[in-house]
Amino acid sequence: MSDLLKLTAVEARAGLDSRAFSSVELTQAYLDAVTATRPLNQFVTETADKALEMAAASDARLAKAEAGLLEGLPLGIKDLFCTKAVQTTACSAILKGFVPEYESHVTDQLWQAGGVLMGKLNCDEFAMGSSNETSVFGPPVNPWSKDGGPALTAGGSSGGSAAAVASRAVLLATGTDTGGSIRQPAAFCGVVGMKPTYGRCSRWGIVAFASSLDQAGTFSRTVADSALMLQAMAGHDPRDSTSANLPLPDCQAAVTAGVKGLKIGIPEEYVMDGMDPAIMALWEQGQKWLVEAGAELVPVSLPHTRYALPCYYIIAPAEASSNLARYDGVCYGLRVEAESLDEMYAATRSAGFGEEVRRRILIGTYALSAGYYDAYYLKAQKVRQLIARDFETAFASVDAILTPATPSAAFALGSKQQDPITMYLNDVFTVPASLAGLPGISVPAGLSEAGLPLGLQVLANKFAEDRVYQVAGALEAAAGFTLAPPRAAGEVQ
Amino acid sequence: MSVDKDTVKKIARLARIAVPEDQTETLAGELNGILNWIAELEQVDTEGVPPLASVTGHPLPLRADQVTDGEQPESVLANAPEQASSFFVVPKVVE
Amino acid sequence: MSDKANLVAGRSGPFEVVIGMEVHAQVVSEAKLFSGASAKFGGGPNAHVSLVDAAMPGMLPVINEACVRQAVRTGLGLNAQINLVSVFDRKNYFYADLPQGYQISQFQQPIVGEGSIRIDLADGSSHEIGIERLHLEQDAGKSLHDQHPTKSYIDLNRSGVALMEIVSRPDLRSAEQAAAYIKKLRSILRYIGSCDGNMEEGSLRADVNVSVRRPGAPLGTRTETKNLNSVRFITQAIEYEVQRQIEIIEDGGEIIQETRLFDTQTGMTRAMRSKEDAHDYRYFPDPDLLPLVLEQALVDELAGQLPELPDQIRARMTEEYGLSSYDAAVLTEERETALYYEQASSGQDRKLVANWMTSELFGALNKAGLDLSASPVGPEQLGRLVALVSDGTISGRIAKDVFAEMFESGGEPEQIIEEKGLKQVSDSGAIEALIDQVLADNQDKVDDYRGGKDKLFGFFVGQVMKASGGQANPGMVNQMLKAKLDA
Repeated sequence: MSDLLKLTAVEARAGLDSRAFSSVELTQAYLDAVTATRPLNQFVTETADKALEMAAASDARLAKAEAGLLEGLPLGIKDLFCTKAVQTTACSAILKGFVPEYESHVTDQLWQAGGVLMGKLNCDEFAMGSSNETSVFGPPVNPWSKDGGPALTAGGSSGGSAAAVASRAVLLATGTDTGGSIRQPAAFCGVVGMKPTYGRCSRWGIVAFASSLDQAGTFSRTVADSALMLQAMAGHDPRDSTSANLPLPDCQAAVTAGVKGLKIGIPEEYVMDGMDPAIMALWEQGQKWLVEAGAELVPVSLPHTRYALPCYYIIAPAEASSNLARYDGVCYGLRVEAESLDEMYAATRSAGFGEEVRRRILIGTYALSAGYYDAYYLKAQKVRQLIARDFETAFASVDAILTPATPSAAFALGSKQQDPITMYLNDVFTVPASLAGLPGISVPAGLSEAGLPLGLQVLANKFAEDRVYQVAGALEAAAGFTLAPPRAAGEVQ
Repeated sequence: MSVDKDTVKKIARLARIAVPEDQTETLAGELNGILNWIAELEQVDTEGVPPLASVTGHPLPLRADQVTDGEQPESVLANAPEQASSFFVVPKVVE
Repeated sequence: MSDKANLVAGRSGPFEVVIGMEVHAQVVSEAKLFSGASAKFGGGPNAHVSLVDAAMPGMLPVINEACVRQAVRTGLGLNAQINLVSVFDRKNYFYADLPQGYQISQFQQPIVGEGSIRIDLADGSSHEIGIERLHLEQDAGKSLHDQHPTKSYIDLNRSGVALMEIVSRPDLRSAEQAAAYIKKLRSILRYIGSCDGNMEEGSLRADVNVSVRRPGAPLGTRTETKNLNSVRFITQAIEYEVQRQIEIIEDGGEIIQETRLFDTQTGMTRAMRSKEDAHDYRYFPDPDLLPLVLEQALVDELAGQLPELPDQIRARMTEEYGLSSYDAAVLTEERETALYYEQASSGQDRKLVANWMTSELFGALNKAGLDLSASPVGPEQLGRLVALVSDGTISGRIAKDVFAEMFESGGEPEQIIEEKGLKQVSDSGAIEALIDQVLADNQDKVDDYRGGKDKLFGFFVGQVMKASGGQANPGMVNQMLKAKLDA
């Protein structure tokens, strides 16, 4: 059975098409894996019955040759996506018990493509965090954590998604990325994490964190699997005013198109003081691989890079403070009873939101409040403009940009909780592209000294996901990263 | 720009988040830490730079004036903490 | 702008009143501003509600094109600047009937900029009232406080319905001017068809900012009285606020800038009990929406399709038809009235038709409690009745009886005149016979008249008319009587 878990999504699709195995068999193998990896705390809601039902329906469609792109493939869904009749909490106490009456656009597309829902995956509360430790359900454990060693973070905010794909509890998973919430956990768990261009996937039905930054994306074990999944997820949705009405380029073909003749930008500002030497070495190795594959390296400058994090930590909390005002105990979600309406609001929101969420709401409220709007929010949106222009300038002369995905490998759970800023620094390489709305991917490319996975990030211009996949495909081929984590389902520990 | 205890109370009240008296000091310190870090932005010359309005660059799409939704009070109220006769119910509001 | 006529006397001297108004006008549309739920008034609790209106997690706003067009058309009707780029902001505050925790509104860049409205007062004066801006925003839901002793009930049917907030400059100087302003604004909105103007249902309601000052002094502190939904309440609230503020100032007190509520029972205002957060609404551009960009071509197209507005029609009525500006104002207040008048007076004596409408028709409608749209007498019928007076077929007095009959039965004027034999008698032989009879019966008075009592002439006219059953042509009676008596 466990051999099924070793297949990539593309391979599994081929196997289903050729009737080598059924979706029910594949799904059952993964359900067993879900059970086996429960100690990793990846799922917050398991939907085994629904999964088998959907798998049986997939088998019926496969038999009639009506199969969709993801027909019969077991998927995990970050608990930020609203799923009809399946509890959706954003891993917050304030939404415990909330059962949406609607299906998010992205998940709807996935079910239309034949995907099988395995359950809802752990994440940081309202996607606010870089270690998945703000989840009301507790953090997932990185499957790369060694026996006897400290439990490592799977990254955040989509930690459950990254961990579940890495531990082979699901074949593919959705994530959302606001400042790095797909790319950073993917790097920490040794899987591929893709954040498409802002506007590529509809935000309709995804619990909002920071509306101008949130974007859904994919977790997979290979670059080709990511391209396959994105093909199913992406698409214009008239219910989201920021959804782009542009066709997705042929990403699946791009994966194997090679990088011959491509110009790859290497941003000088991404060399940081105190950077892990292994990360620096991997970055240089990545550049070498691309040159060997026929690409040309071009030094580029993104001068406002150092301001990206402070800029992000104004804009995201400001938007969040407003987006999270709807959790007030009136129409849905937690209510803590009190005498007056105002007391009910305060009691509900204090009990319902965790510490980090409360902190960001307060920061955001302050940044927007009278007298500070210009100094903080407006200033940040101007700096954001400059950051976007930096990239525009760079992409006038290069096809893609290569950077490290994270400044370090996965760290131990609990090790960075004292100081919020230390935690925020995790997003240093991923946040600039988020602010500019650019597509970016994290590809596992090597190991740290401690034997933990490290990722490289590829960025491209807006709506040029095909370029991202071209470069990512070349890196993947050169790196040959096929290691499974020690705590993956089916691995001997 | 620095946040004192009173400011913490004011913004907590605006955000409808109860902050216990004994935590206002700690929270003020934390917020100041973050704000000092954010203050780095002051160094950036943004003279004449318009704020970013949208990263995608397309104009606001308009929808046709048609009734396509609603008439589903059961769905609207399905997750209500308290309801009566298809109304949401809250503690009495005094205007 | 100090205007002596509008000063209000206090114990210690005169005060000047300064009023600005923020009017919320519900946009005429099928669906809500940012959701596909119906914008219709009424419905069962939470019936006209989409998951967007209930602010469910992940729900997003998409703007209704018709609401945008209505705002632009209204802006054009207010002679206002149309902003080709405008921005939707979030106005953040907590309230039970505001599920999002913010209202989507427009703050720094509204869709419509400066414009103006002309108001005409009963004393014949006209005033230009500045419009500061018009913006689009969402309405909130409704809280019902009388259903339960310790609970409020929330209905979101109104939540998300499109409103235009129309903000005036503080150019109004009296309750009368404020009343004229709201009436004129209502009239323009109804002509354009962007708001039905139904104040009872809350489609049009006003927040009134009032302050007082000594003539020539800087602006005083103002209060804002919210949600006034009739012209009478607006007038009452302003009058009350003016007196209250003057008394406070004269007693050495200070006016507190605050939001007040109007009690329709007592006609008084009171401060809102609920604490407000010093209006720290933390406005910022709604990241779920993008800037609204309009093409000049669309604005031009909408301008070209705009109906004739009351000021234009009024100018035509006074200049071309020779109506008094009072009559013209009355006839243009409602678009239906103006259309009725145009139809009734087409090809007729314009002034005579105006008189008939403002006196007989409006009087009868008023008495019967009917709207013009339900009038039993249609515009063509009224026009024909007036024509029959003009050409001497019937006298003006008879016409009033005919009108009453028409109003009662809905009949045609010609038919009523025919059936009742009301046609004016212009046969000189018949009239002469009547005159001879009257003179013969009153020989003593004839002698008195001829002896110098000129005033008796009216008596003879009356007698002859009476003898004719009112149908004799009064002009001919006059002329022939005079000839006989003076012979």
